[in-house]
Amino acid sequence: MNPFSSGTRLRDMIRAIRACKTAAEERAVVRKECAAIRAAINENDQDYRHRNLAKLMFIHMLGYPTHFGQMECLKLIASPGFPEKRIGYLGLMLLLDERQEVLMLVTNSVKQDLNHTNQYIVGLALCALGNICSAEMARDLAPEVERLLQFRDPNIRKKAALCSIRIIKKVPDLAENFINPVAALLKEKHHGVLITGVQLCTDLCKVSPEALEYFRKKCTDGLVRTLRDLVNSPYAPEYDIAGITDPFLHIRLLKLLRVLGRGDADASDSMNDILAQVATKTESNKNAGNAILYECVETIMSIEDNGGLRVLAINILGRFLSNRDNNIRYVALNMLMRAITVDAQAVQRHRATILECVKDSDASIRKRALELVYLLVNESNVKPLTKELVDYLEVSDQDFKGDLTAKVCSIIEKFSPEKSWYIDQMLKVLTEAGNFVKDEVWHALVVVISNASDLHGYTVRALFRALQTTAEQESLVRVAVWCIGEYGDLLVSNAGMLNVEDPITVTESDAVDIVESAIKRHASDLTTKSMALIALLKLSSRFPSCSRRIKDIVVQHKGSLVLELQQRSLEFNSIIEKHQNIRSALVERMPVLDEATFGGRRASSLPNTVSTSSGTAVKLPNGVAKPSAAPLVDLLDLSDDVPAPSSSGGDFLQDLLGVNLPPATQSEGTNQTPKAGTDVLLDLLSIGSTPAQDNNLSTPDILSSGQDNKPIIASLDVLAAPSNMMDLLDGLGPAPPKPAENGPAYPSIVAFESSSLRLTFNFSKQPGNPQTTMISGSFTNLSSNLFTDFVFQAAVPKFLQLHLDPASGNSLPASGNGTITQSLKVTNSQHGKKPLVMRLRIAYKVDGKDVLEEGQINNFPRDL
Amino acid sequence: MIRFILLQNRQGKTRLAKYYVPLEDSEKHKVEYEVHRLVVNRDPKFTNFVEFRTHKVIYRRYAGLFFSLCVDITDNELAYLECIHLFVEILDHFFSNVCELDLVFNFHKVLVYLILDEFILAGELQETSKRAIIERMGELEKLE
Repeated sequence: MNPFSSGTRLRDMIRAIRACKTAAEERAVVRKECAAIRAAINENDQDYRHRNLAKLMFIHMLGYPTHFGQMECLKLIASPGFPEKRIGYLGLMLLLDERQEVLMLVTNSVKQDLNHTNQYIVGLALCALGNICSAEMARDLAPEVERLLQFRDPNIRKKAALCSIRIIKKVPDLAENFINPVAALLKEKHHGVLITGVQLCTDLCKVSPEALEYFRKKCTDGLVRTLRDLVNSPYAPEYDIAGITDPFLHIRLLKLLRVLGRGDADASDSMNDILAQVATKTESNKNAGNAILYECVETIMSIEDNGGLRVLAINILGRFLSNRDNNIRYVALNMLMRAITVDAQAVQRHRATILECVKDSDASIRKRALELVYLLVNESNVKPLTKELVDYLEVSDQDFKGDLTAKVCSIIEKFSPEKSWYIDQMLKVLTEAGNFVKDEVWHALVVVISNASDLHGYTVRALFRALQTTAEQESLVRVAVWCIGEYGDLLVSNAGMLNVEDPITVTESDAVDIVESAIKRHASDLTTKSMALIALLKLSSRFPSCSRRIKDIVVQHKGSLVLELQQRSLEFNSIIEKHQNIRSALVERMPVLDEATFGGRRASSLPNTVSTSSGTAVKLPNGVAKPSAAPLVDLLDLSDDVPAPSSSGGDFLQDLLGVNLPPATQSEGTNQTPKAGTDVLLDLLSIGSTPAQDNNLSTPDILSSGQDNKPIIASLDVLAAPSNMMDLLDGLGPAPPKPAENGPAYPSIVAFESSSLRLTFNFSKQPGNPQTTMISGSFTNLSSNLFTDFVFQAAVPKFLQLHLDPASGNSLPASGNGTITQSLKVTNSQHGKKPLVMRLRIAYKVDGKDVLEEGQINNFPRDL
Repeated sequence: MIRFILLQNRQGKTRLAKYYVPLEDSEKHKVEYEVHRLVVNRDPKFTNFVEFRTHKVIYRRYAGLFFSLCVDITDNELAYLECIHLFVEILDHFFSNVCELDLVFNFHKVLVYLILDEFILAGELQETSKRAIIERMGELEKLE
């Protein structure tokens, strides 16, 4: 006989399990026991079934699977004796739940037990039903439970009431059947039945609006009376907790009153007195009393408005706030958040206490208090509140800093009264917790700084000072570097000093030093280093004396493994070395960033990019350092002199290029460019040449050839690839093209020249149509005779197509006093592979004599 | 409504678990583990309420045992604190100075579960009088 047979008493098994020193031992013991139990089940052992199930339940609690015991439960429930039934039901509740199908098999047994004569057994059945019944069981057995609501034994009545709660939760349609019995229950004297009745009523009202109406009309007064009796009742030792009779019943009644009073003025009126009585008379030195007060305050807040009561409630909450017990304070903070919507004024009075709670040592209280403070901020109290919060930022925990920073930044942004305050506060936040500051926040800061032109000097000096003391916070470094780059001259010249500032002397090399240290910092990430590089470029233009040194710094990154840095280093180096003439235009002061556009953009979650002009005639390429996460730089911002409408999405490009303009202004704009070099740049990018409409379509192709773009930015960026850039800029050296209306880089040629005639060709191409060239031919008479009947003919090889327009005239005055022009259109089907060639024949009359000139043009530019 | 009641010791062993909502066994274990982790690391000075998933857990430590109640978000926490205390007082009465081992060994008398079933049913309070519960337990014992 197996020594571990069912003969083992439960106590011994528990001892054996506890004696195991390792998990493996325990598993072995459990396995043996389970095996024995399974054997006993198979043998249908009656005697030890009870004990076996107990063992099984213990094993289940340890965490082992015990499904094989489920049928045992059923068998036990079906047994006649109370002990067996009891353990059967207990096993049922522990090992099974409503989702198992086995549960259905129990329905019949439970039904019989509900009708049993032994009320304890009825109690067992009700208990099991109330804890785990499924929807079908609920439907089947609801009539029995209803009947039991009126049973003579109060124990059964209260169990039936709670069981009904579960039934109506599972099957809300049955709710109507319970309305009448519950009304009777509410008049009970027995506390147990009363409290269960109240709970059932509360749930009924939640589930069924008719029930709610019914109880509201019929039972509110009765309930108020019951509560009053309870509050005024004398000492009852049975229910007394901390000097209050049955606080649980108090609380449940208050909850039910809340449900009944919400949304109904009459019901709320009838409750006012008792609520006031509870609120004032309840002692609050013990937890029980506080629990009642809490419930009372909740009820007052939820029912229809009564000014006096609400004030009372908020005062109670204020008292709670200063209680030493953390639980009470937590609960109060919770409630105050709801109270703000009801009566913000009253809550404001407790602001100081709430602020104290932000600094509490308990994390949950801090969180709640912070949220509450955030809701309390308005224009009048924003300054002192922010000061407190920022001061606290210095000493707060790391895990709390993130939350706190986010909230503080949001407050500063929403409510800042003036720009200088905003900048000050943001500086403090950045210094303390810059690493927690999100990108949008410091982007917004940059926008504001650029807008506050009178504060530029102040800002850049403050940032310089901050950066000197602490360079740990990434965002601070970025903003500082950007500002120093932009406003470095103000920094050095101490321009725009405000009275509150201490004088500070910063030399140019100091400024360069600090930017250099930002680059060299090991912890600087890519964005910071990129921003620092462009800041150095700007400084090299503003501080020409440091140009050499800056160039040396920049050149160090020529070999950087990071593409972005390498590219920037090379490009900037080239600008510094070879292109001083455009450098200052490139890195000119940025125009004011438009806050509205940025606000809108942030709302539509586009990356913060480009600047829009604000009315001044922007000459040309402006260094636009983009303060965004994407490490790209707009080298060529071609915004024009009409302020771009605040648009979003696809319109950006047109804003950028100012191309969205009526042709008149546009040509104005382009013709305003004074420098010859910049002219070419514009032309090179075919802004001025062809009609605006074409440009809208075509410029993206030429311009958006940057690398590692975000898709959105791709259409906006005007970053030319390095080689293009070099070509464009190198094109500045040689002679600029003669007629301003030239196309890209096709110099005109003298196609044919003889002693008496010269033919000049000017080329232009339609962008987007590289195979077709428009040629404008211009004939000049070099002799002193008039040419008449002038006819020009041309022939081209097969891979070309030629189209001749009519000439402007057929008589050519002598000695170059006039010209004949004629337009040709050539389409090269082998564009790029074979250059153009053309044979000419020119016929004219001189003094009545026919002259014929022929020739071949071989000097077409190569890539026509 | 109470969703579940857990009694756990400091090592995380569950001494009593009663669920009023249906959960798979594996989910139950996960829940027990998580609640234990939440509760065991909290400083005694902190509040007795923690947010747990979409509900809250109200807990109290008595000697080596953590009594945890998981309730709906809208429930009155202070009331449930009282509830826990009442339960402990009843247990105390039965075992005179109840300790963890009592709960473990007397599990077989399923006394603890019986008490709980007389105190809370379907996730709601059933009886608020200590005396009534004790009387009832006496009657039930006689039937065994």
